[in-house]
Amino acid sequence: MDQLSKIAEYANPDVLVTTEWLKNNLDNVIVVESDEDILLYETGHIPGAVKLDWHTELNHPLRRDYLESEEFSALMNIKGIGRQDTVVLYGDRSNWWATYAFWVFKLFGHENVLLLDGGRNKWIADGGDITKEKPTVSSKGYPAVERHDSEIRAFRDEVLQHIGQPMVDVRSPEEYSGERMHMPDFPNEGATRGGHIPTAASIPWSKSIQEDETFRPVAELEKLYFENTGYDRSSDFIAYCRIGERSSHSWFVLKYLLGVESVRNYDGSWTEWGNLVGAPIATGSEPGLAD
Amino acid sequence: MTRASEDIIADFQFLEGSDRLQLLLEFSEALPELDARYGDHPELLERVEECQSPVFIAVDGTAAEIRLHFSAPRESPTTRGFASILFSALSSHSADEILELSDDFPTKLGLDHIITPLRVRGMRGMLARIKRKTAELVAKDA
Repeated sequence: MDQLSKIAEYANPDVLVTTEWLKNNLDNVIVVESDEDILLYETGHIPGAVKLDWHTELNHPLRRDYLESEEFSALMNIKGIGRQDTVVLYGDRSNWWATYAFWVFKLFGHENVLLLDGGRNKWIADGGDITKEKPTVSSKGYPAVERHDSEIRAFRDEVLQHIGQPMVDVRSPEEYSGERMHMPDFPNEGATRGGHIPTAASIPWSKSIQEDETFRPVAELEKLYFENTGYDRSSDFIAYCRIGERSSHSWFVLKYLLGVESVRNYDGSWTEWGNLVGAPIATGSEPGLAD
Repeated sequence: MTRASEDIIADFQFLEGSDRLQLLLEFSEALPELDARYGDHPELLERVEECQSPVFIAVDGTAAEIRLHFSAPRESPTTRGFASILFSALSSHSADEILELSDDFPTKLGLDHIITPLRVRGMRGMLARIKRKTAELVAKDA
């Protein structure tokens, strides 16, 4: 199946764009690169793209939280992004951090946010231009808008109430079972207990990705998220991982590609749950039971 | 501390946030090509499991002059930058000098706020492995 017909089958086809589309629309959109490796942008990026550093720019400077409204508008002004602009996000590692940025844009209700299917690697593989030249941008007076957490963000007490309902653990099988408390190849980021939230299904985020880093066709995603779990589009989903970045990727798949009505990302994720005094935990490869 | 490692710390500390990143980028671009001896025999290299990106190291030479070798992909400039810093700080130094370098060296560069803690820990993992391999090499020669 070619990429365009594949995209046409998603619940929200308008939210994904191809390299070809982006090449033809570079002048009409603001391209934003959000990478795991925060030096990648400097080695070369899509012409005109601005860099967003997920580590230093999206988080609250003190608390474990996201930016406040004033800070987000200041960030948008530094990047030269206007409230009405169409933002196209892309990044390394199958758009892992690009979807994280996508989720944050949506916390602030930015309407026109698109994602480049396949991200940075696909752009390069498709022969897209790369430049080291940084664009000159100026503020477009982004308004201070309120951050809306309730629809797409879940907090620990809500997660506790949600046990037994559709929940997806998107970490590796070893993290899910409790064999290890961090991703393979990544050092432990500080959880004192291993395992998963009882009743959560294990669907590692990367299963939704094809070899060329684009998303799998909708039929395969349905199998992965619905047929294997018994959940469906009308289910109220919560996704979590370690700090909320991998689960933004699964959040994006569930909400935009599969069209699930309600999906929230629990950004506290395992680094919060695995440290919470008294929080219920299941180990092993089975979801486990609610208390 | 080797003179080189002190100089690197001073260089990083002298700079502000984004300029520190720029310096790290320059280091990543300066990482020497992998010696053909290792390029043809990747099994001689050890994978640094603590790093998020694939990076491999080898340690050879003598106690008087240890040589370090790194292999890290161009698509992982941060990892390459860390490897290059350790190369500049330690390669061609004596085993004693390498073993004396503080395990806190990566933290002293002042990158914690601009790079994720995971990354800095990856560099600590690289340093720990270099030290262990250096100690093994010296023990074998003794």
